[in-house]
This record gives sequence, structure tokens and C-alpha cells, in this order.
Amino acid sequence: MSSILQSPTTAPGRFGPYGGRYVPETLMVPLFELERAYEIAKSDPSFQAQFQDLLKNFAGRPTPLQFASRLTEKLGGPRIYLKREDLLHTGAHKINNAIGQALLAVKMGKPRIVAETGAGQHGVASATVAAHFGLECVVYMGTEDMARQALNVARMRMLGAQVVGVDSGSRTLKDAINEAMRDWVTNVRTTHYLLGSVLGAHPYPTMVRDFQSVIGREAREQILAAEKRLPTHLIACVGGGSNAIGLFHNFLRDTDVKMIGIEAGGRGGQLGEHAARLAAAQGFTGARPGVLQGTYTYVLQNEDGQIATTHSISAGLDYPAIGPEHAWLADQRRAEYSAVSDQAALDAARLLSRTEGIIPALESAHAIAGLIERVPKISKDSLVILNLSGRGDKDMDTYSRLL
Amino acid sequence: MSGIAANSTRISKRFAELRASGEMGIVAYITAGDPSLDATLKYMLALAEAGADVIELGVPFSDPLADGPTIQRASERALKSGTTLAGVLGLVHRIRQSSQVPLVLFSYYNPILQMGLEKFASAAESAGADGVLATDLTPEESEEYRRILAAHHLDTIFLGAPTSTDERLAKIAGCSSGFLYLISRTGVTGAKDALPDDLPALLRRARSVTQLPIAVGFGISLPGHVSVLGGLADAAVVGSALVSEIERAKSVEAGAVALAEHVRALKEAARHGLSRREAPMHRGGVAP
Repeated sequence: MSSILQSPTTAPGRFGPYGGRYVPETLMVPLFELERAYEIAKSDPSFQAQFQDLLKNFAGRPTPLQFASRLTEKLGGPRIYLKREDLLHTGAHKINNAIGQALLAVKMGKPRIVAETGAGQHGVASATVAAHFGLECVVYMGTEDMARQALNVARMRMLGAQVVGVDSGSRTLKDAINEAMRDWVTNVRTTHYLLGSVLGAHPYPTMVRDFQSVIGREAREQILAAEKRLPTHLIACVGGGSNAIGLFHNFLRDTDVKMIGIEAGGRGGQLGEHAARLAAAQGFTGARPGVLQGTYTYVLQNEDGQIATTHSISAGLDYPAIGPEHAWLADQRRAEYSAVSDQAALDAARLLSRTEGIIPALESAHAIAGLIERVPKISKDSLVILNLSGRGDKDMDTYSRLL
Repeated sequence: MSGIAANSTRISKRFAELRASGEMGIVAYITAGDPSLDATLKYMLALAEAGADVIELGVPFSDPLADGPTIQRASERALKSGTTLAGVLGLVHRIRQSSQVPLVLFSYYNPILQMGLEKFASAAESAGADGVLATDLTPEESEEYRRILAAHHLDTIFLGAPTSTDERLAKIAGCSSGFLYLISRTGVTGAKDALPDDLPALLRRARSVTQLPIAVGFGISLPGHVSVLGGLADAAVVGSALVSEIERAKSVEAGAVALAEHVRALKEAARHGLSRREAPMHRGGVAP
């Protein structure tokens, strides 16, 4: 393992030592085809025009960058702006990527898509684009997640998608991805796997990042227009990490802009109680580089290389691996990562609801909690953009039970 | 690398013997530690005695995304009984006290990576393993793995798939030693009623790019399947059907008997295999 970490590589889809393509052979040629289709689409003006048109007229972009005046006042620290991805059609940033990949599926002549979902936001986005393009759609979802995100299950079914419950392992996102990959490997000739985060084998981490990077492109223009300067801090929650990388990507060269990813600290630092892959400094144990579901990255696992179960109150963050680009940004210290507890996320959700009139998704509430914990360390003249990645309707059961 | 592997392992020797006697081989897969390593030892000895030509010993993994329900359940049982990669290597060492059956370790990549490639290869060699197949590792990501395993005289077996182009099949065969494992159909492991119609064409494509013996797996459970492969493949891999015997067995002894019977029936079909080489295919044929 150490030699892998040390050996520089020029293989496609690598972020430093992380990333790559670790899949059964059956998927290799389909991944090459996807990579090629994506490369062509990137420089195809008609694809880009169609993508931009759908982002604007179907999804509702650009999303506002809202100055959170009462939250700023309440916390008494830096000026805080919210990137309002929660206002997008279907209620989260996931639709950006789903539109891009559905367009690709159509270009590749694949009449069927499969997707995994944790919180159900990516499942709803996938079901939505499938309906919009007339594609067959099957969404795999852990039965534990189906119970805690029942509203999204109903939405997917309303949209005509088949939702398949996954009863293996911890019955959460990781198990849903296993099952989606099994479907894909079986039906690969007719099916596109619409992976929802910056995870999996190349080209997914790069492609999903590119589709999500519209978040940071808009935010950059918007903050320059509003404040005549770049932000000092970007903050976002990180499950696989697609909303975070979407915000970060266009600021990577601005080395004065600090980037902060907030992971799910769950109930504590012991392996099995959290989903924090890059927060060892805070005492969250069990993460080491390894291979899971197509990519080499930090993975929560035991000494024998068996993948650990995870816990988070947030289904969307409840996953044992992190996107490989985040692993690299962490190693490079270009971005920093820390975790907040279930309880801190719940408290933050209530605070945002009552100061700004916005009920956030539990995932996004982790970013708010991370900001709250950091405020004392951030100077008052700082300028923060927080990615409010999704809205909280789907989490009302949990909120009304626990708050 | 072409022809019988340069390093003459038990695997290459067995395939050479099979070719000489005009027999097709049976590669038998079971999951190590299902339901315990002691039981697996008995099962392996029963398989070897019944005529299995190569045994693939599955290393259980928490996230077996290339496997169907039968082997998923076997992995869960094996992990529940505390099976680790180190434990599986210990089992290999134990079976070598009484059997020289060719042995392939069949694993997902992460457990191997976590043990460390050098440590794993060295331990596998000294335990007496002959080859390794990592399900989610392809030629592109395996340069160091191949170098280290070869240095420890372990065959590296890679998968070829129906979606692999001719160019890729050649590349995969070039990275393989011992034999080439050809997946019969797109999908996960698991018993199926019929073999896919495009399998003969896939086998011919593979045959045209390599001299290595070719074993066909995924979906093969019945003597009839083995019979159909006669003249086309050098060996048939049977996994889920055997794992099901273990799952159904009331005791380890009963499981060993059932495994032996199953393998004998497959071997019987396989013995008639190569006599049909170059003969036209009869789809859906049954064992003579």
C-alpha cells in the first residue's frame, strides 16, 4: 500500500494517488465508452447549449447567493452568504449532475438508467430526468433509508421510477451502490449508471464534478458582484462530496480562499458510529486509503480490509468512503475537513430555520453546524459562502421526532 | 506471455495433463469460512478427491459487488464466523499438508491491498497457493500487483468479459498466467438455466488471441452446461451451485458428500468434453 501512495501516476482519472478504475472487467469497456462520450460532449456546443438550457429552464438556475443577515448577526462573526441550491427543482444540487448524465445517456442510446440513492435526493433527481427524457428508471435504496426518507420514495414512484429496497449490509447508501452496480453489470448494454456523487470509477468523479461546478462558477460571479471581493471561506457538507467539490472547483487556484468540508460525526469517534473519513485529528477512527466501489480513496474499514458500517442521522452523508479528489485536496492541505455530530446538525437546522426562514436538509445542516463551530476562529471581516445543498422537506419526520 | 505459463505452477501442469488426456477441467469455487474454516478444509478435500481440477477459494468481502445473492450470503456467513484473509492463507497452509490440488485465491482487491501486496504475495506463496484472481482489478491498475505476485511464483488470473474487445482480451491474456477466466455473460455470479447464445463467439474471440487455457465461469451449474462447453473451453468454473450445496447441507459431513457428488457429475460431463472439440455446437445439450 505504501508503494502505491508513493508512486506517481499518470493514469487517467487520478487525483494524486487517489481515484482510478477498480471494477469487474465487464464494466471496463462501458466506462471507456462513457469517458469518450463525455469528452465529446464537453466540447460539443449543441450538448452544452442543451445542458445550459435545461439548467436554466428546467432546474431553475442560476440559484441565488443570499446574504444571511440574521444568521450573520446571530453568530456575530464573518459575513455569511448562502448558495441556495435548495431552491432548485427537486430540492437539491443533485439535479445538476442528473441532467448532465441523462443527456449523455440519450447521446449514448441507452434507454434505461439505474441509480443509487441515500437521502433520496439523487433518486428523485434521477427519476425526474428519466421522466423528462422518457427513460426507464430503477433506483436502488437501502431499506433503512427508505424508512427515514419516505417522502422521497413516494416522489420517485410518482415520477414513474421503480424503487428497489436493498436489505443487505447496513441497508444504506453503500449497499444501494453495490446493488446498482450489480444491475449495471448485468444490463450494461442497455443501461447507463447515473451515479450521484464524485465517487466510483473514472470518469465519474471528474464528470460529476464538472456537472456540479456550475455552483462555484455562479457563486464566484455573484460574490464579486455583491462584495467586490472573493470569499475568504467556502464551506459545504461532504458525503461523497459532490456539492462541496461543485462549490470548491472554481476557487482551487485562489489559494487565499479556504475550503472546508464537513463530514458526519454521527454519535462519536468509534468505528461504526460515524461517517468521518478525513477527521482523524478529531478522534474519528478507522479511515485508511483503500478500494471501494471502483475508486481508491479514504475508506472506513477494519484491519482486514472489510468495509465498516457507518452511522449518520443524515442518509446522504452515511457512507464509508469519500470522493477521491477530496482525499487528494486533504493530503495537499488545499481543503480541510472536520466532522460534526448528529446533535450539532439538528441544532443547526433549527437555528437556520428560525433565523433565516429556511429549513435545510440534514446534510446541509452539517455544513451550518461546522460553520457555527468555526465562527470563533474566523475573523469578523471574513466572508463565507456556505453551500445550502438541499431543502429539508424530506427530513421533517426526523426533525419533528427529535426537535 | 503465451502458451503454458513460464513459471510452471500446479495450475499449468494440471491444464497440460487435461489437454494430454483430452479432458475438460472443472474449477470448483467455494467461499472460505462458510460456515467455518474447518468446514472449508473438509469441503476442499472432498472437492479434490471427487476430481476438481482447480479449487478457487473465495476470500469473503463485505461488499461483493460482482456476486449474486448465493455468494453474497456465503460471504456474510464467512465474515460472521470471523474469517480474515490471514485466516484463509492459514487454511491454504493446512490443506497443503494433505493435498496438492491447484489452488487459486479469489478475492476483491481491498483485503489484499490492506494486507500489503508484498506481505500478501509472500504469505500466499509460502502457504502453497498457486494463483490469485482479484475480481475488481484489471490490467490497467495492476502493474505492481503483477510484478510482485510473479516474483512470488503466483499465477495472476484476470477476467475476460463479453464486453471486452479483442484488443482487451489480448491485453488481459497477456497479463494472465495459469489460465484465462472468461465470464460467460454480463452479470454477477449465480446459477442460470441456459448459457448465453453468444458464448461460442466469445470463446472463439478469446481463443484467437491466446494460447492460455480458457476457463469459463458465471452461470454454470449443471453437467449439461459443461457438456455444451466441450470442445470450446478448457475448463468450466462452477461456484454458486456448489455454494448452494453448502448452504443446504444439514451438517458439514452431508455438505462434503453433496459437493463430491455434484463435482463427480460435472467431471463425468467434462470427460466427454474435448472429444467434441471442433464438432458443431449443440445448444442446450445434456450430459451424455
